[in-house]
Amino acid sequence: MASRREFLKSGGALIVSFSASAAWLDRAFAQGPFGTQDQRVARQLDSWLAIGADGRVTAYTGKCELGQGIYTAQTQLVAEELSVPVARVTLIQCDTSVAPDQGTTSGSQSTPTNFNEANLAQACATAREALLRLGAARLGVQVDQLTIVDGVIGVQGDASRWVGYGDLVGGKKFNLTLSPTAKRRTPDTWTVLGKPIRRVDMAAMATGAFEFVHNVRLPGMLHGRVVRPPSVGATLASVDEGSIRDLSGIVKVVVNKNFVGVVAAKPWQAIQAAEKLKATWTPGESLPSQRDFYAQLRSLKPSRDTLLVNSQDVDELLAKASAVLKATYLHPYQMHASIGSSCAVADVRDGKATIWSPTQSAYPTRSGAARVLGIPVESVRVIFTRGSGCYGINGADTVSYDAALLSQAVGKPVRVQLSRKDEMAWENYGMAYVIDQRVGVDASGAIVAWDYEGWSPTLGGRPGYDRPGNVITGQLLGFPPAAFTPRTPAPEPGGSLNNNSNAVPSYLAGCIAGRCGGAGTVKGERVLSHSVPSPFFTGPLRSPSRLQNTFAHESFMDEIAAHVKADPVAYRLRHLSDPRLSHVVQEAAKAARWEPRPSPRPGAARTGVASGRGISCVAYEGDNGYVAMVAEVDVDQATGQVKATKFFVAQDCGPISNPDGMRNQIEGGALQGMSRALGEEVTWDDHKVTSIDWRTFHSLTLGAAMPSIESVLINNTKAEATGAGETAITIVAAAIGNAIFDATGARVRKIPFTPERVKAALDARG
Amino acid sequence: MSVIALTVNGRAHSLDVDPATPLLYVLSDDLGLNGPKFGCGLGQCGACTVIARGRAVRSCVTAVGTLAGAEITTLEGLGTPERPHPIQQAFIDEQAAQCGFCLSGVILTAKAFLDSNPKASEADIRQAMSTVLCRCFVHTRMLRAIQRYASSISNDAGRKAE
Repeated sequence: MASRREFLKSGGALIVSFSASAAWLDRAFAQGPFGTQDQRVARQLDSWLAIGADGRVTAYTGKCELGQGIYTAQTQLVAEELSVPVARVTLIQCDTSVAPDQGTTSGSQSTPTNFNEANLAQACATAREALLRLGAARLGVQVDQLTIVDGVIGVQGDASRWVGYGDLVGGKKFNLTLSPTAKRRTPDTWTVLGKPIRRVDMAAMATGAFEFVHNVRLPGMLHGRVVRPPSVGATLASVDEGSIRDLSGIVKVVVNKNFVGVVAAKPWQAIQAAEKLKATWTPGESLPSQRDFYAQLRSLKPSRDTLLVNSQDVDELLAKASAVLKATYLHPYQMHASIGSSCAVADVRDGKATIWSPTQSAYPTRSGAARVLGIPVESVRVIFTRGSGCYGINGADTVSYDAALLSQAVGKPVRVQLSRKDEMAWENYGMAYVIDQRVGVDASGAIVAWDYEGWSPTLGGRPGYDRPGNVITGQLLGFPPAAFTPRTPAPEPGGSLNNNSNAVPSYLAGCIAGRCGGAGTVKGERVLSHSVPSPFFTGPLRSPSRLQNTFAHESFMDEIAAHVKADPVAYRLRHLSDPRLSHVVQEAAKAARWEPRPSPRPGAARTGVASGRGISCVAYEGDNGYVAMVAEVDVDQATGQVKATKFFVAQDCGPISNPDGMRNQIEGGALQGMSRALGEEVTWDDHKVTSIDWRTFHSLTLGAAMPSIESVLINNTKAEATGAGETAITIVAAAIGNAIFDATGARVRKIPFTPERVKAALDARG
Repeated sequence: MSVIALTVNGRAHSLDVDPATPLLYVLSDDLGLNGPKFGCGLGQCGACTVIARGRAVRSCVTAVGTLAGAEITTLEGLGTPERPHPIQQAFIDEQAAQCGFCLSGVILTAKAFLDSNPKASEADIRQAMSTVLCRCFVHTRMLRAIQRYASSISNDAGRKAE
């Protein structure tokens, strides 16, 4: 460890003067810095933290705010670990010139990554220890005689002897590596973390003062618009620039292989130019018919097959079982459909590029943009700047490439915002799924074998560092999407259990070579997934695949319980071995005053409005958050209209950083899950996507009937912190479907639960 | 092009623009305002909402020429982070946002409706909000915030009537 003298003689001022409200807007840096590699090495404390002469703490993070509240939570973390007020912390997120490369803000990984024993949390702990050592040396006492209050280190029992952080290290580098042994503050001593601190950006958002990427304005900035193909797979034959000759403000028509864009002086001019530009396209192959798409999915070739568990005795156990149940569940492609179409601003000049981007992946987008532009990665700076909520890969990455290309073509800063249709027709959709479920039960009603087989189509995905062809702009430029590697048959599972996006039901023991990593008790188990080629780009959409799989598992579990006339809560608990998952099931049931009995509800009338309740649960990704939900619904049996009236959600995500933030995520996840369950579906015709606006893609409005939501937060301070943004949404569809069944005896196995589908299921009752 | 006079957030502007230009682009580009957002460009989501002549207007589909001489209020025209308008304060108090992109539509639609219907019922409010979208689904908090504001103005209206 560095001595005090070494500490003080090292390094000059690190801190760049950012304003707290608009760090990314620091125009002085619009063309740099680009080459500050040493600041980004994750094991270096100086990559994470700097303390100014005024005692202000600047923290750098590679996990960005997407609306989920992680900016505030990370600010709390820094304030807590360093014992400074929240207002004295400035968090710089996802700027490739100063922030560490933490990959992508996704997969419910921000909290596990930065709040446990590594990265930002460990950097804070290391800094605190270093500050205490320095304080002890300065004040001439042992570390254990010191206290810290609001960034001031004092000697216990002697109010006259103290020193502030700014006096100890102000403006200097720490020059330390992260200490794996530096002690974190424990939850029982927390005063900032774990509290319902208000979002630090809320007042700015509510008053229109907040600057989104859509509001970045650079001197001399022009406005671009892209012209996408009229249909999937179409290729460009020709562009008639004369078709927009009479429009004012046109700066340039940009054509690069199948990429077409226009640049104009004003946004409205760019929009009109893109609409009027005459481009001739050669149609691609016809799209598969949507009507029988699910049937086609089963036979699409080639296939990449994965066996996650295989106890080898499933067929035998099914043959011997007292009863065998089967069901097939269908989930459509759905989309992120961000409320704001994606936007980016790029300034590409003199071989260097600065991109203000709402990407979840600052560093990968930097690499992808470098490829798209044909310049070295070191010459690109990506400054993450907030866009509208994304829920996964919306158009953020692709529009960043669009803006960069158009700026490069004109040598001036260009802002591009996609049209609503370009956002919706070309984004990377959440995957469609066909899932066959089969179980055998014994004479006691216990499940003895579970057989899962699922099919889902994929194309592209996140571009990562080297695959710009995984999104539409890259593909139009001729970059290939990630290769599809067929694999049939699947190799036998090996190593430890791979939950594979909850393809493995929670009720399975999950045993591989005698080691069982599942959350359940069922030992006769086979889980086989098929990935097949998709006609549309796909990518992670909030709770990717976990949501689709869990819809199938939790609906099916309910069907099994009904078949053996068991209470759905008790039946779940009977087949679970994971105490945390069992606990959230019990807590949700308790909150809902769950009456133990089998479904459907006895004595329900076959006409009029019927009421019912349903439960579902999940161990997200097997161990990244535990959640259970009880949904209460009313079903209008004349129309098939479903109205959720109450949700009860119990969640255990380890120690809670911000209880109000977690509630906000639970509530938003639950209602977004409801919207997806009741109405959202990507549609297409022979050549193109037809769900291209809010009339054709159905998102529940602010006027829609909403259930009350009661959240039970289990603050499990003994466990590691897990993700909490994708838990609740995962279980909503099944909870609602199970409640529909409880109310009416009708089972709907196809998302979304439109009134027509529910009515058809009601009419099909015996 | 023609010169159009607008009063935006209390400030008079004289703008030389194509009168067919949707108001949104004038506000966000020519006047540099951050509140109104392009969400869909089709008048379907609400993100571009402003209050003009006392009514919530979808600025992405409203030609600026039709609003010549009008008084226009955007989200930032209501209040500031330091001094938010009561309806903005209600959203802050309820922590009623996630990404925050939709707030012009949510807050200004609610405000314009409640200011002319101070005794609106919850069902009336829902009806008024039925063309506004929030994709983070902060619906319950937002409706609580709107209700909080509604209670405050209906109390005021009640006091004035007494």
